[in-house]
Amino acid sequence: MKKAGTYLLLVLLAFFFLFPVVFMLVSSLKNEEMQIIRDMSGLLGFIPYGDLGFQNYRDVFRQMNFGRFMFNSVFITCSTVVGGLLVNSMIAYALARLRFRGRRLILAVIVALIIIPNESVVIPLLLMVNRMGWIDSYHVQIVPYIADAFSIFLFYQFFINLPRELDEAAIVDGASRARIYWKLIIPLSRPVFASVAILQSIFRWGEFLWPLMVTRGEAYRPLPVAIQQFFSQDPKVWGDIFAFASMITIPLLVLFLLFQKWFVRSVAASGIKG
Amino acid sequence: MEAARARKKTTGSSGLQKQRRQEGRTAWLFSAPALLLLTVFLVAPFLMAFAFAFTNQRLIPNPNLPTEFIGLRNFLRLLMDTTFYRALSNNFIFAAVVVPIQTAFALALAMLVNRKVRYVNLFRTIYFSPVVTTMVVVSIVWFFLFNPGEGFINQALKFLTFGRARPLDWLRSPRLAFPAIMFFSVWQGVGFQMIIFLAGLQDIPAELYEAAQVDGAGSWRRFASVTLPQLRNTTIFVVVATTILAFKLFTQVWVLTRGGPQNATMTTIVMLYRQGFQELRVGYASSIAVLFFLIVLVISLMQRLFLREGRDT
Repeated sequence: MKKAGTYLLLVLLAFFFLFPVVFMLVSSLKNEEMQIIRDMSGLLGFIPYGDLGFQNYRDVFRQMNFGRFMFNSVFITCSTVVGGLLVNSMIAYALARLRFRGRRLILAVIVALIIIPNESVVIPLLLMVNRMGWIDSYHVQIVPYIADAFSIFLFYQFFINLPRELDEAAIVDGASRARIYWKLIIPLSRPVFASVAILQSIFRWGEFLWPLMVTRGEAYRPLPVAIQQFFSQDPKVWGDIFAFASMITIPLLVLFLLFQKWFVRSVAASGIKG
Repeated sequence: MEAARARKKTTGSSGLQKQRRQEGRTAWLFSAPALLLLTVFLVAPFLMAFAFAFTNQRLIPNPNLPTEFIGLRNFLRLLMDTTFYRALSNNFIFAAVVVPIQTAFALALAMLVNRKVRYVNLFRTIYFSPVVTTMVVVSIVWFFLFNPGEGFINQALKFLTFGRARPLDWLRSPRLAFPAIMFFSVWQGVGFQMIIFLAGLQDIPAELYEAAQVDGAGSWRRFASVTLPQLRNTTIFVVVATTILAFKLFTQVWVLTRGGPQNATMTTIVMLYRQGFQELRVGYASSIAVLFFLIVLVISLMQRLFLREGRDT
């Protein structure tokens, strides 16, 4: 009896968390705009029936440069994440496993920098990149977000717990520090690399405030800004909006389903500060 | 340089020292890219925000209005700006409503999916899925669900109250727009905190529960005397992180209401964006950024204070 209650609760909550996304996906497949509007007030909105197809998706591609927006988002997210993995793990490796003067000070500064929210620096940063002529480009959306104090902290915590003997044995064998980092530390640290990559991908993919400020035309516009602009136009064509929204959601959702365990682990890791 | 190196060689410990020096050089080489990027794109603009806050700096220089030091005038103007009061109090209201609800909800969900029943992994995945849905998309889908008149939320409420609830114009009503945004913000974010609580729950040693059971503690007492105290640090982290997010509130508001109607959904960051980007008032926006940062700093320091206290006991 108690078990049945648990399942009932689990299922009800599953509906609560799923229904908006299901609604979006189902509506995006309904070719007839009038049907979407008619179905919106009840359960019919969740049932794929009637004239189904990919007309809305075709419309999105036809009406705007969707391919370009998609490429922009993929390129910006991947560059930032990959660059960040390299740059942040390198400094974390030095801080965790090398002895040098200034180590403690740098570590303290990095930990303090975690507190500074992006939102409190965007305005001066905007002035800066404006003077540098970086507005409307890829690098303006990539370079400022590569180094990340919190990622460094996550890497540091992982590296410091790897056994010391590893490096020492390798050094006796005559390996250089760079080689140890590349051939020994990175392969042993896959979990933390996966965690940082996943967390950063979620954040970068959805980034909104910064690209809103630094992109003008369509050439470098990422998906969240593109859909917001499309959404703001009247009259709204909901079939197209839902198709657009689905195409932003599906890539990350698929990644999430494939690497589900890693996602959960990485989020749990982000809470270990406490 | 050469002489110094030669002298060290004669002292005998040259091998070790050379190794040390090389280690130091490697360390700086490894640190240089991140340090450079953090300095240019985080520390420098951060300090600039503090400097600009005391000037009338504009985004695009105006020849008739040279940039000058204006002392505390930006902050005095903020003090008298009713929009800013509205923005700040909205952030506090958002935090006061959303943080307790989202934290309690997340903890309840975590305890539910921590049970050893079949398919529990599937449910964890489902509850977490809104987190990987981009906020702009979430806002747009909920805009449709909150449609006035025939919208799904209105119809669902009508159904649940047996036809008594009248359809509401959620996002265009100054009274309802902000609660509507709060509602789907919790929907989107709660999965993240659930996972953090789940990790905390799984760290609690099973012996503690067994001991409590031996002492005859019921499920409520076990929750109050084992679960809650053991989750103390996790809870503090979740509360602080959610509070900071409440003060960063921007995307949902910008997509749906742009701070309206009648400033009902105005927030600190929406105001910062408007002043700095749309009105080009970098100086004024910087003073908002400085106050915003000080609030976040106080919240973060409170976390450290509570945590330290927790460690002593």
